[in-house]
Amino acid sequence: MTQATTLFDKLWQMHRIADAGDGADLLALDRVFLHERTGGVALKSLAECGRSVRSPERVWAIMDHIVSFKDGRGRDESRSPGGEQFILETRERALAAGIGLIDTDDPHQGIVHVVTPELGLALPGMTVVCPDSHTCSLGALGALAWGIGSSQAEHAMATSALRQQKPGQMRVSVNGAFSPGVAAKDLALHLIAAHGAAGGQRCAIEFAGETVTNMDIEERLTLCNLAVEFSAFTGLIAPDDVTFRYVHGRRYAPKADQWERAHQHWQGLKTDGGAVFDHEIEIQAEDVSPTVTWGTSPEEACPLDQHVPVDANPRALAYMGLQPGQRLFGLPIEGVFIGSCTNGRLSDLRAAADVLRDRKVADGMRAVCVPGSRLVRAQAEAEGLDVVFKQAGFQWGAPGCAMCFYAGGETFGRGARVVSSTNRNFEGRQGPGVRTHLASPATAAASAVAGRITSARSIVGGPGR
Amino acid sequence: MTNTPIGHFVGRAAPLMIDHIDTDQIIPSREIKSVGRSGLSDGLFAGWRYLNPENRTLNPQFVLNKDGFSEADVLIAGRNFGCGSSREHAVWSLKEFGIRAIVAMSFGEIFFDNCVRNGVLPIMLDSLAVTEIADRAARDPRNDITIDLPSQHVAMGDTVSRFEISAYAKRLLQEGLDPIDLTLKDLDKIDAYERKDRAERPWIYGAIV
Repeated sequence: MTQATTLFDKLWQMHRIADAGDGADLLALDRVFLHERTGGVALKSLAECGRSVRSPERVWAIMDHIVSFKDGRGRDESRSPGGEQFILETRERALAAGIGLIDTDDPHQGIVHVVTPELGLALPGMTVVCPDSHTCSLGALGALAWGIGSSQAEHAMATSALRQQKPGQMRVSVNGAFSPGVAAKDLALHLIAAHGAAGGQRCAIEFAGETVTNMDIEERLTLCNLAVEFSAFTGLIAPDDVTFRYVHGRRYAPKADQWERAHQHWQGLKTDGGAVFDHEIEIQAEDVSPTVTWGTSPEEACPLDQHVPVDANPRALAYMGLQPGQRLFGLPIEGVFIGSCTNGRLSDLRAAADVLRDRKVADGMRAVCVPGSRLVRAQAEAEGLDVVFKQAGFQWGAPGCAMCFYAGGETFGRGARVVSSTNRNFEGRQGPGVRTHLASPATAAASAVAGRITSARSIVGGPGR
Repeated sequence: MTNTPIGHFVGRAAPLMIDHIDTDQIIPSREIKSVGRSGLSDGLFAGWRYLNPENRTLNPQFVLNKDGFSEADVLIAGRNFGCGSSREHAVWSLKEFGIRAIVAMSFGEIFFDNCVRNGVLPIMLDSLAVTEIADRAARDPRNDITIDLPSQHVAMGDTVSRFEISAYAKRLLQEGLDPIDLTLKDLDKIDAYERKDRAERPWIYGAIV
């Protein structure tokens, strides 16, 4: 009898080239993705060391991090001082190396973790690395995907392999159904708040259970995206019919007989019954409420109808301008951002638009929506969502990472309290002194309308929405 | 790219005892101004080090601005140091500032690897040992810290702790090796893997269209 193994074990074993000594393995890499913030640095350094990209057909550079989100931006326009140099260098080096390039003006341009599933560049069963910590998002497809540094990206390009210590394994099982107004984002924040921002350290986390299998791919991407905020090596979800339907027909997905072979291969990618994990966490979906962060770490979060803990970290409270025991619901805000690799996909924009339709943002509110990719933006516009956002008083931006992190361009201003559909509420993440409250797109939209932290439930009026 | 080997050294330690210091704090994105690995130390901890990052007014309360600590070559921190963004600029800026080792209760995983690849020694110790070292450093910046990688020991006064590090990371740091060179020695194994895998998963290897 063969031993029961996990999805993660199978992906690991499938890509294991050799024992690399000292408890590590040399793993084969199917895809390397780059972006302009570190892609140019890595390609430049590689060339300066006299090395070449070993398999350029499996490496792609995608412009997302510091491109301007101004509608109608110029080809090299950045939101970071000196940022155009990063765009130019990445473009020039990518073309010279012969790798794939999705340039600033490409109709498929957008955030790496939004674009690569969308185009079928990331597929189930692949190993994928990218010098971006949110690469774990792609685990939603049943890929083994993790974020690396810039030197590791050079390594990956030069050798198509990386030496890796096998992490521990954790399964987070979620069962039951979400209450109305609760989304994958709330689940992830709930998990991190309950077990700490380091709760998944040195673990690969498989998300399982009926709540997860009932999610569409976009929700799964949101869930896996936040695995890194739980300090996990990666997050992953077994590919199923939902995944295969999503992948089928995508631009770079396998076609015809290749599809048949791949599809058959992917069906074996799941955890066997009886497989043992190092850690197990169980969550009942009904226990998850619309959740919002109050501090400066994603673990500092609670249901938005609750209060800041009385024993909250004083440093975080000082930065956030809050008092112990203060109520979060109703807290006045100055800004809202909807977008990012966490929540910048079509279903996120739809959830926000459902709240915003025939409504206006509160007076004085700076509200910005930046679709995660040009395809998302085009689809949203085809549905008229851009009109909903604009009529509500939102700025409608050009795709990229935009206001998720401050790169020297536009920000909300020192001390501004902002509800953001992004992934990090770190001090200064969205600009010097900006006070970020992470939440779902629906919560962000509802808060924009109310001018205060509020839930979509209370603004839309009762359950059902 | 090879690094300066690390062996035994005596230095000065600066305590920065905050948990979850993320790489956005170590170097904010706006401080990454050129395509390269240098010119970054000025942006190190910019949000904390300067009262006004735009005109670079120093914050006298920040540890690295205090007498004695500005010369630190070892940083002492709490849990999960270097979490968040994978930006390697965090390590490049620390290194350029003069930091050679970081003692913390735990590290962000990508950051840890970035340290090893850049010749900066990440040392993980239990919270008691880290707190003792931080207290000693805080009492007097002239207190020496001794780090010995071969024997895997950190000493400050009579606080002596052994730390664990993988044999591989230790070798990279001690010999200043470039891990790409090590993997390139296994190219035949990588080629053999791909020949076999190409037959099993041909869709992985399609050309760019």
